[in-house]
Amino acid sequence: MLDPILQLLWIVIKILIIVLPLLGVVAYYTLAERKVIGFIQLRVGPNRVGFKGLFQPIADGLKLLTKELIFPTKSNKYLFVIAPVMAIAPSLAAWAVVPFSPHLVLSNVNAGLLYVLAMTSLGIYGVLFAGWASNSKYAIYGALRSAAQMVSYEIAMGFSLIGVLLAANSTNLSDIVMRQSGGIWHWYFIPLFPLFLVYWISAVAETNRAPFDVAEGESEIVAGFHVEYSGIMFGVFFLAEYANMLLLSILVATLFMGGWLSPFQGIPVLGALFSFVPGILWLFLKAGFFAFVYLWIRATFPRYRYDQIMRLGWKVLIPVTIVWLVVASFGVHFHIGPWFS
Amino acid sequence: MTELRNYTLNFGPQHPAAHGVLRLVLELDGEVVQRADPHIGLLHRGTEKLAETKPYNQSIGYMDRLDYVSMLCNEHAYVMSIEKLLGIQVPKRAQYIRVMFDEITRILNHLLWLGASALDIGAMSMFLYCFREREDLMDCYEAVSGARMHAAYYRPGGVYRDLPASMPLYEPSQWHSAKQVAKMNETREGSMLDFIEAFTDRFPGCVDEYETLLTENRIWKQRTVGIGVVEPERALALGFTGVMARGSGIEWDLRKKQPYEVYDEVEFDVPVGATGDSYDRYLVRVEEMRQSNRIIKQCVNWLRDNPGPVIVGNHKVAPPSRVKMKEDMESLIHHFKLFTEGYCIPEGEAYAAVEHPKGEFGIYLVSDGANKPYRLKIRAPGFSHLSAMNEMCKGHMIADAVTVLSSLDIVFGEIDR
Repeated sequence: MLDPILQLLWIVIKILIIVLPLLGVVAYYTLAERKVIGFIQLRVGPNRVGFKGLFQPIADGLKLLTKELIFPTKSNKYLFVIAPVMAIAPSLAAWAVVPFSPHLVLSNVNAGLLYVLAMTSLGIYGVLFAGWASNSKYAIYGALRSAAQMVSYEIAMGFSLIGVLLAANSTNLSDIVMRQSGGIWHWYFIPLFPLFLVYWISAVAETNRAPFDVAEGESEIVAGFHVEYSGIMFGVFFLAEYANMLLLSILVATLFMGGWLSPFQGIPVLGALFSFVPGILWLFLKAGFFAFVYLWIRATFPRYRYDQIMRLGWKVLIPVTIVWLVVASFGVHFHIGPWFS
Repeated sequence: MTELRNYTLNFGPQHPAAHGVLRLVLELDGEVVQRADPHIGLLHRGTEKLAETKPYNQSIGYMDRLDYVSMLCNEHAYVMSIEKLLGIQVPKRAQYIRVMFDEITRILNHLLWLGASALDIGAMSMFLYCFREREDLMDCYEAVSGARMHAAYYRPGGVYRDLPASMPLYEPSQWHSAKQVAKMNETREGSMLDFIEAFTDRFPGCVDEYETLLTENRIWKQRTVGIGVVEPERALALGFTGVMARGSGIEWDLRKKQPYEVYDEVEFDVPVGATGDSYDRYLVRVEEMRQSNRIIKQCVNWLRDNPGPVIVGNHKVAPPSRVKMKEDMESLIHHFKLFTEGYCIPEGEAYAAVEHPKGEFGIYLVSDGANKPYRLKIRAPGFSHLSAMNEMCKGHMIADAVTVLSSLDIVFGEIDR
């Protein structure tokens, strides 16, 4: 009788162990963004709250929590409230299957890859609801743009994941990492390089980040889908976006860069020298690099136009993935290299 | 069957890309602009009417506030129209100082344009890079006039005072150590001309940096090439001047066609575009910054070698020196008359125009012989550029409307006056 309750409790604790640090990291990721972009733009970034601005995210959070929530007249109140929840729930839920190290994973399901794909696609509903419920012309433009964009890039993303699936012969994320063990030359970014690039570009587009941030496009439609949101409801959208960015950074690291595996594995001296480093640290380093690239791209590139994003997605990324899927299939059929065995 | 109607979007006046207070009513079919209807007047301050109520010199400050990113060029047209009516000859040194500051203003304006335009298209770092260089030029404004923006430095008959012999220095503070300050003061140790010369040596490298980020950037090109094309004939018909005309391939520059001050003595080229799209206008503006830099350099060299008066000696127009005023009765009277009543301009009318960073900026002045204008008409280049908005936006998408608007280089101070 007591056993199932204990089990449930244990799952809840495990979820909290993942989600609470995650929210902290997300908060500090926003600070990192402001600092990194600040340094790229020859500024210092926030440095007033706490030592070197370290408490800035906390101050921001408190500010957002204490602000008034404004509901636009003639908006659909229920959808308006549900939308931020719809945005953040999938982006947190997807973390359930992320393998942090060989044994540290909340649920080691066999269909992990499909689960991740499903969860990241669900996030669009939050954006759509927000745009529709706001009863604002700017918001509806943002929502429509981002719906079209997400649908297009979901395909390219899915195709590049099929490449990984073909090579690993498994949809379990832990298995996919284990298949890449044996040294840096075993990682999938080498045989699947075009797919790796496509996946990364789609990841940037999928999270509505610059240069694909037309859904927000502050100089065109001001803030797009969340233009009418204020206070913590805006904050939740913000958290969802950054949680998604971190999720996709960690997925790129997992799928193409060997996850928790050490890059020095299999190298005579270095491999032994660095064997004490826990796998989770390697994963965070790799994911941290991609998270940094997100910010770097944002500070450097101009924004695409809506139709140009569509063209890039349909006419460039999808053909590239299809061609490379054929190449990868041949690789699997003929057992080429250390990758397709 | 339901009737399909176009979507009307109110773009501005509170919109980050409206460049001030433009209210643009967009009629959209999906994302495609069918009609763009700019509504102006939200920044109307009645400059023309105000000028009719006060002595000539007191309106100089209002001119700064017309196009508030190219302040001294506005003043230039105003003082030139007064000089034309008075028939006075400006000392050579003052002319060189004016040309130098006009070109500094042009760089200031184009830098702001580049930053704001890049920001509109999404390249946000450009904005801060451009402001870094603007800061040095603002310091020149401040050193020479005491104000960073609204300088009120030009006077009918010359300029208010000669260039300062030293630049203000940074001082160590809580935020900047003595070592950092020493580095910041490196180019400020000498006179103002040294500071400007150091800037002209550094600036082409900065422009190269901007160009690395934008000129060959695929996204930048996709966003600007072929957007807002204006044929040369249309550009003429719409009354385009300045970069807007030159971007369409019309080689029209008042500095070359009707040289004023000493523009016929300095060497510079006039860049001209080929297709008349936003990308060409971008290229023309970037090249103009390089050419302005060239002109500034020549002015610095001339000003170094040729000291002299910077304002006419005619005390009916220009005030006598403070020292002379203390001991000379005549000077005291001149001073008193000049700062209370001002001066009277003989009956007549005059039009003076300068090649403003945005186009032809003209002042049409009618005098009835009193100490204030009978009528002052400002010909603002931005007004005719903005009125072409509908023609340039039609058939483009919302994002392109933003690109077109920013490529017009709009400032509402001069359009609404």
